[in-house]
Amino acid sequence: MGTSLSAPDQDDDFEDLAARTGFSLEQIGNLHKRFKHLTNNQSTLRRENFDSVTDLMWNPIRSEIIEAFFDTRNFQPGGTGSVREITFEEFLIVMSHFRPPELNMTSEQRESLRTKKLRFLFNMYDKDNDGKITLQEYRHVVEELLSRSGTIGKDTAKDIADAAMLEVASITVVHMEPDEFYEGITFEHFVKILKDIEIESKMYVRFLNMDTTTLCK
Amino acid sequence: VLALGTVGASRRVSLQRGLLFLCALVLLLLSEAVEPLGASGSPGGAGDSSGGSHGLQKGCEADVTKSKHPTNRTKKPFPVLSFDYEHVKTPFEISLWVLLASLMKLGFHLIPRLSSIVPESCLLIVVGLLVGGLIKVVGETPPVLDSQVFFLFLLPPIILDAGYFLPIRPFSENLGTILMFAVVGTLWNSFFMGGLLYGVCQIKGTDLNTVNLLACLLFGSIISAVDPVAVLAVFEEIHINELLHILVFGESLLNDAVTVVLYHLFEEYAGVGSVSILDVFLGVVCFLVVALGGVLVGAFYGILAAFTSRFTSHTRVIEPLFVFVYSYMAYLSAEVFHLSGIMALIACGAVMRPYVEANISHKSHTTIKYFLKMWSSVSETLIFIFLGVSTVAGNHSWNWTFVTVTIILCLVSRVLGVVGLTYVINKFRIVKLTTKDQFIVAYGGLRGAIAFSLGYLLDKSHFPMRDMFLTAIITVIFFTVFVQGMTIRPLVDLLAVKKKQETKRSINEEIHTQFLDHLLTGIEDICGHYGHHHWKDKLNRFNKKYVKKCLIAGERSKEPQLIAFYHKMEMKQAIELVESGGGVKLPSAVPSTVSMQNIQPKKPPSDRAIPQISKGREEEIRKILRNNLQKTRQRLRSYNRHTLVADPYEDGWNDLLFKRQKLMEIEKKVMCVSVSLTHVPNWWLHSSDPQAYSSKPTSDDLPTIKVDLASPQSPDSVNLVNEFQKAATQNDPDDDGGLVMKVPFADKDQGEQDNKKEQQRLMRCLSDPGPGGDEEEDEPFLP
Repeated sequence: MGTSLSAPDQDDDFEDLAARTGFSLEQIGNLHKRFKHLTNNQSTLRRENFDSVTDLMWNPIRSEIIEAFFDTRNFQPGGTGSVREITFEEFLIVMSHFRPPELNMTSEQRESLRTKKLRFLFNMYDKDNDGKITLQEYRHVVEELLSRSGTIGKDTAKDIADAAMLEVASITVVHMEPDEFYEGITFEHFVKILKDIEIESKMYVRFLNMDTTTLCK
Repeated sequence: VLALGTVGASRRVSLQRGLLFLCALVLLLLSEAVEPLGASGSPGGAGDSSGGSHGLQKGCEADVTKSKHPTNRTKKPFPVLSFDYEHVKTPFEISLWVLLASLMKLGFHLIPRLSSIVPESCLLIVVGLLVGGLIKVVGETPPVLDSQVFFLFLLPPIILDAGYFLPIRPFSENLGTILMFAVVGTLWNSFFMGGLLYGVCQIKGTDLNTVNLLACLLFGSIISAVDPVAVLAVFEEIHINELLHILVFGESLLNDAVTVVLYHLFEEYAGVGSVSILDVFLGVVCFLVVALGGVLVGAFYGILAAFTSRFTSHTRVIEPLFVFVYSYMAYLSAEVFHLSGIMALIACGAVMRPYVEANISHKSHTTIKYFLKMWSSVSETLIFIFLGVSTVAGNHSWNWTFVTVTIILCLVSRVLGVVGLTYVINKFRIVKLTTKDQFIVAYGGLRGAIAFSLGYLLDKSHFPMRDMFLTAIITVIFFTVFVQGMTIRPLVDLLAVKKKQETKRSINEEIHTQFLDHLLTGIEDICGHYGHHHWKDKLNRFNKKYVKKCLIAGERSKEPQLIAFYHKMEMKQAIELVESGGGVKLPSAVPSTVSMQNIQPKKPPSDRAIPQISKGREEEIRKILRNNLQKTRQRLRSYNRHTLVADPYEDGWNDLLFKRQKLMEIEKKVMCVSVSLTHVPNWWLHSSDPQAYSSKPTSDDLPTIKVDLASPQSPDSVNLVNEFQKAATQNDPDDDGGLVMKVPFADKDQGEQDNKKEQQRLMRCLSDPGPGGDEEEDEPFLP
């Protein structure tokens, strides 16, 4: 292996992590290097550390992505709220949401992977953690997606979000009385409207070839 | 009774079919009897037309001489009716063939069950065989599919259709796999087949010793290329999932470069008899030049076309012409340098499409779509019919060994190639190709008319075994098209291969896909890993910043993709709404009773200062409410948006929808006020000012409405009384050519009638529903 680990007990930690998150030892080594690079050799990652990733500036949903790392729901079962800093282990758990499915997975394993990824996405939309994506939160997402288009985006964002919400309601709760109120997209509804997109194969990042030279930016 | 009815119908149908067939045959025989068809299409035609012009010249000379010596002429009565077939011969025959092809296509679809068992390509070849047989029986020589005609006139429309509507996203995601199959797969096939055939030819007992190695390799290269026409014809009908479709189809398109290089290489040196290492090296260089050169030529013409379309806002009628002519020029320019014309055409179509579609009008878009489909359909039909006719016409030299070995080797090499390549490819793919996928890819490797035309082009003097080659090629084509084409559909069902998903792309999927793209790009950036998403994002940004500004006219260049998609959807829904009779019942995908009111959070009834309204006014308002409430409630109970946001860049639409919006806002406001008057909870949505979209507000009489009844912060002094008067006196004679929409009176009795009239008018004008295969339209332009 090209990457050499300094301390022997780090190996044990990594193996433990590998068992838990499913990454290979090499991948964990690479991610550890990246973690150290981002945090300037500290042991915890903070929000400010993401400022050094210059390409992220162009990303319209930058704040959501950064928040996702500090959202306890993503690395602690049953966690709520967000923290100020995370350890390498939590960083790794968040990253494990982006692993591709393996060829020899059973269909239950695929289903659980799919649910896990969808849950991650859902948490990104549902910021106040009330279990539903309200119209306000949805509008906010669409506005951010269109945030780079200047004034053209502002008015249509609302319309688009409204139309999308209407579609979700039409598909999931087919019949509603005129005075009933559709409060928001619950996780079940979310899964239902995205059932045509193969999330488990689309939502992945190649951790295969992580050249160390590209890591040092 | 039902059974009897169907029997009667089928008898009627077969009667019609028989009549059609008879008519076509009569027409054909008539033309045959009148004039013998030339041995081949265009050279013969050219010869004939030149003969015709010579005839004309001679006629002129004769007239001149006659005029000089008027006394020599014997006086004949003035010819009232004369027969002169010569000078219209070529176009007449071409039209006749096209007519025959179209009638055949028509006929097949009248027989309901036939088209579901037998793919159209098979039927057409059979028809070609019959027609060729008939011509032979009559005593004429049937025409052979001339390679010039094929490559210059019959093939480009099919390829342009494929390239223009190429689904970019799956294509680019699987590009590596497609290239592997196209380049490495075709090379493997050619050499494997060529080599083994040579070995077989050397066996004593078959009299094939004259076939040398290079000739065998040449034959191998001709026969190993998967044919896009055949693949399209068969795969179109079986509706397999997008991944497999794009793999096989993409391979058939991209292997053209390999075929061109191999063909020219072996043809050059087969005469000489040997190939040196230098030649091989030059061949590799040539391949790169051919492939990349073709793509560059195509991209160049594509950008030219996109740039031209930026300025066509005043001459909408000739917009489709630019698309066609630029693409054809790209093809011809590539052919001049012996580059890959197919790749040029694909590159041209794919490059120009996003920009051209943003610039041209909706009607031009429909025109382009229809014309491409029409031309490619006719071309395909003609190709298959001519294949059948050529089979009857050609000189055949049947050699059992050669032909059977060829067929077996084709199958074997294809299977081996696909399996071997998939093993390598799966190491790099995330979504691995299963055995089922591999089987379909291998089985879907059909050969077609390109192989035949390439074989036909061979020079008889260099290749004395040309006839044998042609026979073998035709046999392989027949085998793949008939056997594989017919059995692939039951096999797909048997193996339960995933089919194409019929669902239309919804706004939700669009939002989430974009979100996911950005998310993955962000994660890649955090990891520091310059992957697929990173480069795609960079390309998109570059495109947005520089390219779009040059190539897209006006405001449209800044429109983000989500908004463009949304506008397209709304346009489609607007057309659907109008065609379904306007608002009463929208053909929505999911019939539901959910409407906008269910979404909006309940807002506390705001206690704002309501201007004093006289009793009379109040009564008027109530009456209008009663009349319009029914209509608007029905309009709402659908998936449509409560306000139609106009496509701001579409001529004419702008005005109408702007006015329609105004009307709806007036209604809304009326209802809101009345609602709060009558203490019904305020369930109406506040509307945003759509002024951003109106580039020419022609009538300033309509008040600008900035209503935000929900939020208590904006103290709108809404002067309802004044607006009402204005609306009542409004009588806009809309004079937009084509789309006429009268602003319905906000008046008690007229409201209903006007609404109906307006919708009828809109229905008449927007009568073009657009072709059925709408899935491609839902693809966002840029990945």
